[in-house]
Amino acid sequence: MSTDPRFAPGARVRVKDDWPETRGPCHIRTPHYVRGRTGQVVRPLGAFPNPEDLAFARPAPRRQLYHVLFEQPPIWDEGKAGDTVMVEIFEHWLEEA
Amino acid sequence: MAAPPSGASLALLEKLVAALSTKGLVTEAEITERQAITDRASPEIGARMVARAWTDPEYYALLMRDGKAAAEAMGASMAGAPELGVLENTPKQHHLVVCTLCSCYPRALLGYPPGWYKSFAYRSRAVREPRAVLAEWGTPMADDVEIRVVDSTADYRWMVLPMRPAGTEGWSAEKLASIITRDALVGVAVPRV
Repeated sequence: MSTDPRFAPGARVRVKDDWPETRGPCHIRTPHYVRGRTGQVVRPLGAFPNPEDLAFARPAPRRQLYHVLFEQPPIWDEGKAGDTVMVEIFEHWLEEA
Repeated sequence: MAAPPSGASLALLEKLVAALSTKGLVTEAEITERQAITDRASPEIGARMVARAWTDPEYYALLMRDGKAAAEAMGASMAGAPELGVLENTPKQHHLVVCTLCSCYPRALLGYPPGWYKSFAYRSRAVREPRAVLAEWGTPMADDVEIRVVDSTADYRWMVLPMRPAGTEGWSAEKLASIITRDALVGVAVPRV
């Protein structure tokens, strides 16, 4: 798999609304509160072995990691407009928005 | 420091270490070495990094470009440690670091995370109501300052570069470092004169 970043800084991305927890034992580094949410790529952070494989001692291909920025109030239906939350998310959890 | 481990968790830990040793994944010597690195690490190193960044433009540039190299330049042992990212506070933006998934923390640099950083209360509230959390820490934020919560979830560890407070003009780097606390490097506090 290529580790060149698919998304550039500023790209609008949606976090997959996926809940692998329902499919059995798994390890996930994408916080539940951003799943299905749309954010903006701040920058690619480099490629790292996929922790979802590492957790099970499987071969872990490197996946591109991004800093993705979200508006904070819509996530919780509370908070102050303009406040944000920035999360490290692996590329396979992101799709174009 | 972490809460003292209970007897049950110590027994589990011993079993885990034994299993990892049997599989050849880790040795007691490696664990001891890692503990020694964390024991040597201290928020004082982070404080000295910030103070130098405030007073040395070249070091500031290095810190923003390559956190690990900047930490090593101040004597931290960063070999084998995750990447270190630096989050610069400005008059319009304040960073607050949390790890909602577990307790990721720049241990190689700052040492062991404080108990509150690992608590469910901090991890769930910092990301949901950061202004309330900051106010409880005695760090209320003006309405025109963006709070940027940084959820440390993967292969980086994050340190906040606080703003240099007014009234510190002409201070030496040593004196500046004395007002930079661990809590300011996580973002729950700001340096005060």
